[in-house]
Amino acid sequence: MNDRLRKYRNRMMLGIFIVATLTALIPLFGILGYVVKNGLSALNLEFFINLPKAMGAPGGGMANAIVGTLIMVLIASLIGIPVGILTAIYLTEYDRTSWLSIGVRFATDVLTGIPSIIVGIVIYTAVVLKMGHFSALAGGLALAIIMIPLIIRSTEEMLKLVSHSIREAGYALGISKGRTILKIVLPTAAKGIITGAMLAVARVSGETAPLLFTALGNQYWARSLNEPIAALPVQIYQYATSPYKEWHQQAWAGSLVLISLVVILNLIARLAFRSRSN
Amino acid sequence: MGQSLSVSNLEAWYGSNRTLKGINMEISPKQVTAIIGPSGCGKSTFVRCINRMHETLPGTKVKGEILLDGESIYDQDPVALRKMVGMVFQKANPFPSMSIYDNVVAGLRLNGMKNRQTLHASAEKSLRMAALWDEVKDRLNYSGMSLSGGQQQRLCIARALAVEPSVLLMDEPASALDPIATTHIEELIRELKENYTILIVTHNMQQAARIADSTAFFLNGELVEHGPTSEIFTNPHDKRTEDYITGRFG
Amino acid sequence: MWKAKGSEEMSKKYKLTASLGDKTLRLLTLLMAISVLVLMVWMGWRMLDSARPSIDKFGFGFVTGRQWDPVKEQFGALPFIYGTIVTSLLALIIAAPIGLGVAIFLNEMAASGVRSVIAFLVEMLAAIPSVVYGLWGIFVLAPWLRETVEPGLAKLLGFIPLFQGTPLGFGMLAGGLILAVMILPTIAAISGEVMAAVPNEQREAALALGATKWEMIRIAVLPYAKSGILGGVMLGLGRALGETMAVTMVIGNRPDILSSLFAPAYSMAAVIANEFTEATYDLYLSALVEIGLILFGITLILNVFARLLVWSVARGPKGGIS
Repeated sequence: MNDRLRKYRNRMMLGIFIVATLTALIPLFGILGYVVKNGLSALNLEFFINLPKAMGAPGGGMANAIVGTLIMVLIASLIGIPVGILTAIYLTEYDRTSWLSIGVRFATDVLTGIPSIIVGIVIYTAVVLKMGHFSALAGGLALAIIMIPLIIRSTEEMLKLVSHSIREAGYALGISKGRTILKIVLPTAAKGIITGAMLAVARVSGETAPLLFTALGNQYWARSLNEPIAALPVQIYQYATSPYKEWHQQAWAGSLVLISLVVILNLIARLAFRSRSN
Repeated sequence: MGQSLSVSNLEAWYGSNRTLKGINMEISPKQVTAIIGPSGCGKSTFVRCINRMHETLPGTKVKGEILLDGESIYDQDPVALRKMVGMVFQKANPFPSMSIYDNVVAGLRLNGMKNRQTLHASAEKSLRMAALWDEVKDRLNYSGMSLSGGQQQRLCIARALAVEPSVLLMDEPASALDPIATTHIEELIRELKENYTILIVTHNMQQAARIADSTAFFLNGELVEHGPTSEIFTNPHDKRTEDYITGRFG
Repeated sequence: MWKAKGSEEMSKKYKLTASLGDKTLRLLTLLMAISVLVLMVWMGWRMLDSARPSIDKFGFGFVTGRQWDPVKEQFGALPFIYGTIVTSLLALIIAAPIGLGVAIFLNEMAASGVRSVIAFLVEMLAAIPSVVYGLWGIFVLAPWLRETVEPGLAKLLGFIPLFQGTPLGFGMLAGGLILAVMILPTIAAISGEVMAAVPNEQREAALALGATKWEMIRIAVLPYAKSGILGGVMLGLGRALGETMAVTMVIGNRPDILSSLFAPAYSMAAVIANEFTEATYDLYLSALVEIGLILFGITLILNVFARLLVWSVARGPKGGIS
């Protein structure tokens, strides 16, 4: 094949890849654009302070949903982050090769790939049915199960990046293994571990499916963790699929708040980590 | 303060690979003993057996005896042993999450010492011994990583000295450094030997000739010859030693 | 002569002197690790247990049954399996080539500044919550499909059964398109990781022979990364199969098995999401859980295969996007 034809083909293929990339970015800007445009116009102070108003009457807000999301994400983090980090420590510092560690790694892979609605089903049958009611606790638990494998994976990666020579320096000074892990290895990997945790929190804040039959949702303030509770993504879903225009607008506003939270967490995490590794 | 080392029939395995094949050696106190030999001869493994670091790697095994001032090192907690036998590594490895000051006192602080004055006194003393005090005294809270390569290595030496070991093991401490930094380290070693027993692994024969009182030549996991440095280099007893020294193989 | 023993024996002797704190940490981390393993097993068992009534009653016919009638206590999962597969396949057909194209652009073509920005944007695409995709799907995508795209397709390609029937906007086409956007970042990211693992010597060898950039990619990079890319596509498929919110908001939620992409349908995850809280009796709930079990099983097998494929190229268990 002559050179000019090859050059032409080269340019064409490379051009196709650029087009593919631009095509991929169109929906991103499309979605973000609509969320910002429609959301901003419905976003006001009442949105953040008021409870939902029935049947799409104007003036309602998503205060309870925002708080509900924060509460359940907190519960999930309090469970998921320690379990995840400790498991990752076990896999990197104590046991990299045995059957148990292979099993745990396999379980982590499986848990990462589970559709989040399945997690909701399991918590429903195991917790909601047993307790007899929906609750913020059940919702938080479901989110924790989603968080755990994410934290294990990101923490493991960060711990592996710590050069083995650092650990040896610790042992050579007569520092025990446990202290070396806690006071030398963990602080060294801290920035990356925190980044991973932030990304997991961002991911879990946007989850809807596992909350549908664990936390259920609530048009009012939940008075305890043992009651159904509202959550931002669930509220957006209910409003979007409702027939009321006022609620549709609030769904956009809620989406704007949710996306802002997720994007900000992602940005901080990426920027903070980048400054370290470079 | 135990400072003499006695090694008998030391064997070491890495997996199924026998890296040390029966080492017998007496190391005199308050002297610099250099360990020389080609790559893979077992000199690093040997030195890492003395502070029982070899065992921390998976799949390793050790047989034989090592006496520190008459007592077996295998009769005690390895963590405690490593406070008596300190180590400096080939590539300087200051703790990245700590300042210069925190690095120096890490060995003391992480083992429970809290008294601020003691820590500070120890930090100054160790940094002076490592000939680093004047250069860092005004920036003790800067990160340990902000120093040059040679300074980082001296920081690691100060860190090791702060724990007040009796024996100092050095595994090619200057091999990653430029000639000027190397000279500083060598001067340091000459000063330190007044108070410490020093074992230094080196692939640089001229370095051994410069600073070591006695030299041991390892080959293929065996100790071929061990004697006063001048003798090893001018009048070796074993032909293999002579071949190595004259550069017939490297 | 006292014989010192190897490291395992030595540490047995000194377990007594290892500090309490050390032992506690080791025990604690071990417990946590075991609990993760137990969690997976327990979840699988719980699903099986809850689905048992349905499994016992319908047997294999559950998978082939076309009727889903809670009133008559007749449950067959085929419509949902159909809807799930069609939308996911459609998503794959669209997202795989584009995702691969993005990965090639980012890894082999873009300068590092451009690469960081665009890679970040693609990550943002992955970070958008499913429900927001669904919202956009309801109010932007579906109307656009109903008014512009579907009539257009019907006019051009209406002789194919796929593009016949009334354009509603909501249906399998909408589901497939939205899924395509959602799984594209997964495919792009994993293909990218796998391509980055191709050693540079391979690229240099091709270039040294006088290959153009595209030829180099075609000869040196893609064949080497082939199985990893396939793994990435499988992981994307896995994600598409399990997507719930965005799909249920645009797919129409009707348990029909129709041949046109314009027709409404139902997916496994969607029916669970919609009907779970309305399942008033045991068999109903159990049937829904069984659907979940099937979904779990399919995604599990897919994920395991996919990771093996990715691992074989990149030489190390791969984390990252999933």
